[in-house]
This record gives sequence, structure tokens and C-alpha cells, in this order.
Amino acid sequence: MSVEVLYFAWVRERIGLPREKVQTDAATVADLIAELVAREDRYALAFADLASLRVALDQELSSFDAPLAGVREVAFFPPMTGG
Amino acid sequence: MRLSVQSAPFDLGAESVAFAKGAAGAGAVVTFTGIVRDNGGALAAMEIEHYPGMTERAIGAIMDQAMARWSLADALVIHRHGRLAGGEMIMMVATASPHRADAFAAAEFLMDYLKSRAPFWKKELGPDGATWVAAKDEDEAALLRW
Repeated sequence: MSVEVLYFAWVRERIGLPREKVQTDAATVADLIAELVAREDRYALAFADLASLRVALDQELSSFDAPLAGVREVAFFPPMTGG
Repeated sequence: MRLSVQSAPFDLGAESVAFAKGAAGAGAVVTFTGIVRDNGGALAAMEIEHYPGMTERAIGAIMDQAMARWSLADALVIHRHGRLAGGEMIMMVATASPHRADAFAAAEFLMDYLKSRAPFWKKELGPDGATWVAAKDEDEAALLRW
């Protein structure tokens, strides 16, 4: 399947892209991360500490063990600092 | 209920007056304004990144929760993104209720949730370069009281 993967804040800076289309058969978010990390060092650097990352699936906060079936948009970012 | 995510400045006075006029039957209006701290002049600018689409959804969901939980006649959230200078207004929240306790509580609830559940990220530009503002444990802990 094809998913749109978005990166924000320092995740975007480390990977060097705001978004990309990814072809994947990953079952869960964690599986997708493992695929990305295996690609290149910049992904490994961005995903080195999952405790400092959050994930949204189709614009709803989710978790790393969530399934990807039917998901069109995955976003990775650090904890939010609004207000 | 109104929500605006915008890069342009907003007019706090005009927004507050319009909100209060629209809440004529309510009796109590609370407003909160967030301002960029200038760190004693050390801050050159702040850049606020956001996630278009999710930002509006997340804030809308937080406002829906506030409307359901307290007796509110109306609520307003304006949040800016982009490059802001020290002293500029980043955001405002307004709540209207027949009871001031509800208006205050709902405004605080909205603020607590906007801090750590609305997809904004702040970057400070200072004399030593750019630094992403880290989320504070106390901001996450503040959600527990609700």
C-alpha cells in the first residue's frame, strides 16, 4: 500500500523532508519505523528515541503499536508545544 | 464557537469586544492571551510550525469537549503560526458562560489541552542559534487534573 508520511519540527529537519509517499506492507506503525530506519542514517537518527516522538494516523494521535491497515496519512513529530 | 489558525496578527481588543457582544445572554466572559516571551531581549524571533488540517481538528475536538463539559454559551480560540517577534500575541482563548466559574475552568482546560494536544511546535531563534522548545513534563501532568 501507499501511505503519505509527514514529518514535523526536528523530525523534519533530521530527515530533510516535510513529507513523502512510502510504499509499504508494514502491519503497524512500529513496522513502518523499522523499514524507514533501515533505509538511511538520517531516518535512524530521527527515530533513535521513540519516547521523544509522537505519531498521528489520519490526523488523530495514535500509538506505535497501532495497525496501519486503511491508513492514508502517518505523521511523526515531537511532543507538541502549543499555547 | 469559532476557531482560527492563522499567521496574521489578531486584534485582541476587537476580538474580545465582538466575543462579549455576541455572548450577551451569558453574563460572564473570560479571555486569556498568550504572548511570546522575549527572554530579556535575547529572543530574536519565534517560529511556530503546525500541522494544517490536524491542528483545526484537534482544537475543534478540544473545544467540543469544553462545550460539553461546562455550561458555555460560546468559545473562541485563535492561534497563530509562522514567525513571531518577542512580545507579539501568539494566541487567545475566550469563553462565555452564565457562571464565571465555568468560564474560568473551561478557559484553563482549553489552555492546558492546547499546550500539549494541538499540533504546534515552537522554535526559538536567539543569539546562539535556533532551538526547538521542549515539551514540559508539567504541561503533560496538567492534563491529569481534568
